[in-house]
Amino acid sequence: MDTLLAARAQMEVSLAFHMIFAALGIGMPLLMLMAEWRWLRSGREHYRVLARTWGKATALTFAVGAVSGTALSFELGLLWPRFMAEAGGIIGPAFALEGYAFFIEAIFLGLYLYGWDRLSPRAHWWTGVPVAVSGMMSGVLVVAANAWMQAPVAPEGAGAAFAPFLSPRWLDLALHSTLSCYIATGFAVAGVYAVGILRGRDDAYHRSAIRIALAVAAVTAMLQPLSGDISARMAAKHQPAKLAAMEALYETRTHAPLTIGGIPDDDAQTLRFGLEIPAGLSLLLAHDPAHEVTGLDAFPRDEWPNVLIVHTAFQVMVGAGFAMAGIGALFWLVQWKRRGREPRALWILLVAASPLGYLALQAGWLVTEVGRQPWVIYGSMRTADGVTTAPGVPITFFGFTVLYLLLGTALAALLRALATHNSARRALEQA
Amino acid sequence: MSVELLVGALAVVALITYAVLGGADFGGGIWDLFARGPRRDEQRAAIADAMGPVWEANHVWLIFVIVLLFTGFPSAYGALSTGLFVPFHIVLLGIIARGAAFVFRAYSPRAAGEASSPQAKRWGVIFGVASVVTPVVLGMCLGAVSSGAMRVDDAGVHFTRTPWLAPVSLAIGALALAQCAYLAAVFLTLETDGPLRDDFRTRALLAGTAVVALSAALVPLLLREAEHLWQGLVRGPGLFALVPGVVAALLSGWALRGRHYRLARAAAVAQIACLVAGWAAAQYPYIIYPDVTLASAAGPRATLLFVLYSTPLGMALLLPSLWYLFRVFKVRKHDAARAEIRATRPVG
Repeated sequence: MDTLLAARAQMEVSLAFHMIFAALGIGMPLLMLMAEWRWLRSGREHYRVLARTWGKATALTFAVGAVSGTALSFELGLLWPRFMAEAGGIIGPAFALEGYAFFIEAIFLGLYLYGWDRLSPRAHWWTGVPVAVSGMMSGVLVVAANAWMQAPVAPEGAGAAFAPFLSPRWLDLALHSTLSCYIATGFAVAGVYAVGILRGRDDAYHRSAIRIALAVAAVTAMLQPLSGDISARMAAKHQPAKLAAMEALYETRTHAPLTIGGIPDDDAQTLRFGLEIPAGLSLLLAHDPAHEVTGLDAFPRDEWPNVLIVHTAFQVMVGAGFAMAGIGALFWLVQWKRRGREPRALWILLVAASPLGYLALQAGWLVTEVGRQPWVIYGSMRTADGVTTAPGVPITFFGFTVLYLLLGTALAALLRALATHNSARRALEQA
Repeated sequence: MSVELLVGALAVVALITYAVLGGADFGGGIWDLFARGPRRDEQRAAIADAMGPVWEANHVWLIFVIVLLFTGFPSAYGALSTGLFVPFHIVLLGIIARGAAFVFRAYSPRAAGEASSPQAKRWGVIFGVASVVTPVVLGMCLGAVSSGAMRVDDAGVHFTRTPWLAPVSLAIGALALAQCAYLAAVFLTLETDGPLRDDFRTRALLAGTAVVALSAALVPLLLREAEHLWQGLVRGPGLFALVPGVVAALLSGWALRGRHYRLARAAAVAQIACLVAGWAAAQYPYIIYPDVTLASAAGPRATLLFVLYSTPLGMALLLPSLWYLFRVFKVRKHDAARAEIRATRPVG
């Protein structure tokens, strides 16, 4: 395994791992605040138990997100010292501001978690608000660094310090990734409690958990296609090679079709076994069937991203996204029509949909990052020119993969214990 | 004053804050690992209680140091990451394992009435070991950039012997460990009562003795391996940190012996601050002695200005929040009047 491949793999594993907890760190505080809010308004005890349980889940995931995020800021330098020497001063402001947001989140999470007995109920709820807001903001801010790598700009003078925030891709990527965090968290949480209902614990506690989780997830899942549409247009404008790889469009043409599924074949420059919607892509991008879409043939072969990975990941993301928007809508339809006598199939469906948000999230990052290749700074610095000269990266890659696997397994076990542990129910019975 | 000096000073302030707050956290882990005697479980509980609400906030200071470094001095960060590839990875491993193990232990399910489950004990060991290793290696990295063994030129980073394993680096690593242990034990005397407080007082005196011994042992090593650091400490601005630092160290030890715990804490904090500030003053103007200076590694001027201007704004949000956090959790817990107010309030 050569250094470049190992460094990319280590970065990918670290980011994928961090992303799981970062997403929960953005989504969980909102759910926990909503549960506590319901408790404050209704006084019904099970909401308080929910808020406390979700607070604990937030604590666990935030801690792991925090340490894996610290790891990433080290790894940027350890694996990509030449990239950081070049770009550290440019993307730095995004990290600096994210640092503040993250700091606020850490402070108020400490207050929220340990303040149940020390603060008045209302003050306690308010300590959770900065957690939710700064959790979201830290994501939005740090995405600016990534957006700059996707669509770099080099403003002159004082504006140079704001380069990451002036990248045309910042807002669309930030919107898309923030929504995906709420979707992923909401569906994951709903699935956990749907398992509980299927196992016979069909009570207010489980139902409220699912309703809160899906209140967040259904709304965001239905907004996500709109955000995705914006992102696709921005990709077409600023990263045409990435868009061509996403759609596996080899040939620059008008009336470009939208192809669902299919296996790209780079050598034959065709997409096999796909379902073609004639002129679909031209219509989506410009509302005009005659719109010309740039294909991969406009780029030298050594500037193509890996079409198979990008196209497949894109299809998975879009498929999972639409499935979740549908399931979210269906859930609320059933709640509206048949609340209290839901068919068992609904809970089974929620369990099945539980991993979809994470599937879409990870696939989406694959599209973003693999789609940017071979560039680390799009159009300006190749990934191969940014990698470290230090030996031993394959070893650290292996080591960190094992470490993350162990931590992930341990955390999953703890979260499961938290969700199913009967202490929550015991507390409920006592109340 | 030049912009890069101001950003460098900011990084040093963040480093001092990390050394005090993060250092005490590491120290908590050290005493968790070495919890001994009849009150072993109580010692661990006191440490966990003291750290629980604040440890994550304490560690964000390290992120600030890193971000300031790669934002303000990108080429230095590149060189450090290449030259200190191995120790940085160890630090990274330590930070991940430590934080994860701490929360995993706290949220491990346990049977009713049980102090800790076997699962929680295993996480505790990982937490403790990582708390020992990480500050040592961080100290070693500090030594490595000061010793002059790491050379940087256009072609990259070179060294003939591994700079972070040099005797002076090892000694600084050991000193960092002793400092963390001292700081935590002193802090914990203010979080505990009775015999438990005496336990931590004894530990603080032990660690304080180690700090003095290691500092003394460092002098000949500095003279031999990092003379410029020694020269910077005994003359020029370094002296303004060294003298108050020695005074604060002695004062802190004296106060601890006489059980003046608040004074001991204040002096211990001052001592650490002087130690880091003294190192920075002696190291100035170098980031990596003798090839990388603040000026030679400085990033784009607009970025440096951004860092400077955004700091007061960020701090205006941060400092009141931090003040609130420490006020809620670090004001003496057994204050009878407050406890009564709390008891009459519906418990959430």
